[in-house]
Amino acid sequence: MSDCHSCGSCAVAAPLPKLSKGTRSHVVAIIGPPNSGKSTLFNRLTGLRQKVANFPGVTVEQRVGRARTAGDRDITLIDLPGVYSLNPRSEDEQVTHDVLKGEMKDAPKPDAVLLILDSTNLGRHLVLAAPILSLQLPTLVILNMADDLAHRGGNVDTAELASQLGAPVALISATKGDGVEKVFQFIVGTAGGTTSLAAPKVELPVLQDIPRCRQWAHQVGTGAAYQAPAPPLWTRRLDAVFLHPVAGPLIFLAVVAGVFQTIFSGAKPLMDGLQALIEHASQWVGSSLPEGIFRSLVVDGIGHGVGSVIVFLPQILLLFLFIGILEDSGYLARAALIADRTMAKFGLQGKSFIPLLSAYACAVPAIMATRTIESKRDRLATILIAPLMTCSARLPVYTLVIAAFIHERPLLGPLLGTQAGALLGLYALGFLAAIVTARLLKSSILKSERTPFMLEMPPYRLPTLRSLGLRLVDRSKVFLRRAGTVILAVTMVLWVLLHLPLHDGKPPEIEHSFAGMIGHTVEPAIKPLGFNWKIGIGLISSLAAREVIVGTLGTIYGVEDTGDNSVGLRQRLQSELTPAGAVALLIFFAFAMQCMSTIAVVRRETGGWKWPAIQFAYMTFLAYLGALITNQVLRSGLLT
Amino acid sequence: MTCFTASTDTDPMMQMSVNREFEGPKVPPPSPRTLADLKEGASGIIDRLDLPEDVARRLMELGFLPGHVVVPARSAPGGEPRVYRVDGSEVALRRETAARLILRPPSQGAGRNLKS
Repeated sequence: MSDCHSCGSCAVAAPLPKLSKGTRSHVVAIIGPPNSGKSTLFNRLTGLRQKVANFPGVTVEQRVGRARTAGDRDITLIDLPGVYSLNPRSEDEQVTHDVLKGEMKDAPKPDAVLLILDSTNLGRHLVLAAPILSLQLPTLVILNMADDLAHRGGNVDTAELASQLGAPVALISATKGDGVEKVFQFIVGTAGGTTSLAAPKVELPVLQDIPRCRQWAHQVGTGAAYQAPAPPLWTRRLDAVFLHPVAGPLIFLAVVAGVFQTIFSGAKPLMDGLQALIEHASQWVGSSLPEGIFRSLVVDGIGHGVGSVIVFLPQILLLFLFIGILEDSGYLARAALIADRTMAKFGLQGKSFIPLLSAYACAVPAIMATRTIESKRDRLATILIAPLMTCSARLPVYTLVIAAFIHERPLLGPLLGTQAGALLGLYALGFLAAIVTARLLKSSILKSERTPFMLEMPPYRLPTLRSLGLRLVDRSKVFLRRAGTVILAVTMVLWVLLHLPLHDGKPPEIEHSFAGMIGHTVEPAIKPLGFNWKIGIGLISSLAAREVIVGTLGTIYGVEDTGDNSVGLRQRLQSELTPAGAVALLIFFAFAMQCMSTIAVVRRETGGWKWPAIQFAYMTFLAYLGALITNQVLRSGLLT
Repeated sequence: MTCFTASTDTDPMMQMSVNREFEGPKVPPPSPRTLADLKEGASGIIDRLDLPEDVARRLMELGFLPGHVVVPARSAPGGEPRVYRVDGSEVALRRETAARLILRPPSQGAGRNLKS
């Protein structure tokens, strides 16, 4: 079983391409500084034929894909982490260094290198060319953002630059696709063994000396008649708004509120449509199957169980779409800047904000994204609090309970209704729990010196449909795979437990089934929280993954409601839970760490069971206590 | 506008009371010495980085090299971190870090500026 089957950006820990039968795959590495457009080019070159993998033994992830070239030669592209230099200090740089030198275990030494640089900032980006060219691998120097360079009045003589560097140079626009054919030509050429490096005109500098390297880059740039473009006007105009002392934070809050309202109400028609489709399919399959135990398994077990989870796909995709837009547009770096002072109060820094924000989608990629935090203690603190952020797996649970128990009324005019407001409140609660926990950690066991905050602000860019689309396709695959494996397995086991032991050859009443017995066993412990034994079964099954509780309840009610009088999950829940118990359930899910994938990734990133165990105990305690207090307070409040 | 200088330990209260008593010719403020002293839009030239080696290297990779011109731009609400324009990019730093980047005295003005 892979460590992180649940999450888009980490997908499967697949082995790297190795010697296959007969011919070895031709391996091309893509390297470049952060924000140079590496991923855009990678998407352009591979399309859907890519996957995210992890280097064995380390936490650095890499994307591997097959180039879309004509011909039968198997060409593998590796997208390496963005780095400014090859001086191995951070883990990212170490991996990039080792892969390029062929010192990485289980990773083939690349046969060629695509060095991608931002042509609008060539002076600084060319610095990376020195260590890369000194590797003596066939290298294509790609100057990206050609459209931006021309638009802003910059210029460079690529032929002259090529002779200065002793390597071919291509001026391209990865977003528009201009010039990408030159990259394909190079790749195919190296696969045929026709490209070799010439000696650079300007001798390479001593790599350890950064001022020297920068001077070398300047000399090369001047030699190639490089004209730096005018400053990015649009970025400055937008920053004047987004980083305005008053408007900036307000816009940030408005964006967040708008996102939640859209997730809640915008996804509704899609979800209703999907629901109707699943019910139709389930009925059609049911009517074509003979009456009996198998039909019950398919319709009540799989149909209700898996079906009730799949309904949430549109909502989750919308959330990922928004996070993708925030990330690709460059706004996320500004949000981190705005958040830095607040984060500093809780002992963290602005850089922790980016993984925490992506933890809204899923804790697993968020925990992997903490690698950019230089301080080990800050990084550990961020890992420990990330699962408290409201991930998308909580969304099905929240949506279901909120829709069943909270009446929709306008709260802030058309911008925010009560249901979306409740959802926003739960998200805020998770965030609050996370930063308070961070404060506790950073003032006790993880105390450390404040580490400097340095963050490059990329220019604003329009997110491309291609990269947003690829994210969504990736996410859908992961979600459906999970629905088809973990959730399917849990609902089938549950269905069996609901139908055994047989009494006189007939399945028992649910109360007396194995599942019912388990539910009744845990009931005394959860009764003070306002949950009955059926919710208890749901809680146990959701230890695998949070959203499984929705499928579990769907299966239980599906089995209970024999015949066609089945009412929706929502109405059933209203009769199962008191309003106080419903709120307690929301609180429980806000805090509890019910996710095997997260536990696995924390174990891997922290190198042992100690931290995931502490984290699990802490979050479960918080969940139980929070739900207990909520239920008791609300119940007494409602009675008096 | 008051100009906070991290390097001097003059009591600001004292300075204020002195200024109030004598309305005569004002003493010009001490010349900016670190990046944190520069006002938004002003420019300075980096002389050296008074920081541990690993941090200094990272900053140099981001463009904060001796001889380079730095211009402070917008900041987060509250005045920090602030975005600095350096070597063709924009990088955000906290005040505490900016205060460790020592600038050249204005007299040495036009130093070697690597950007063409």
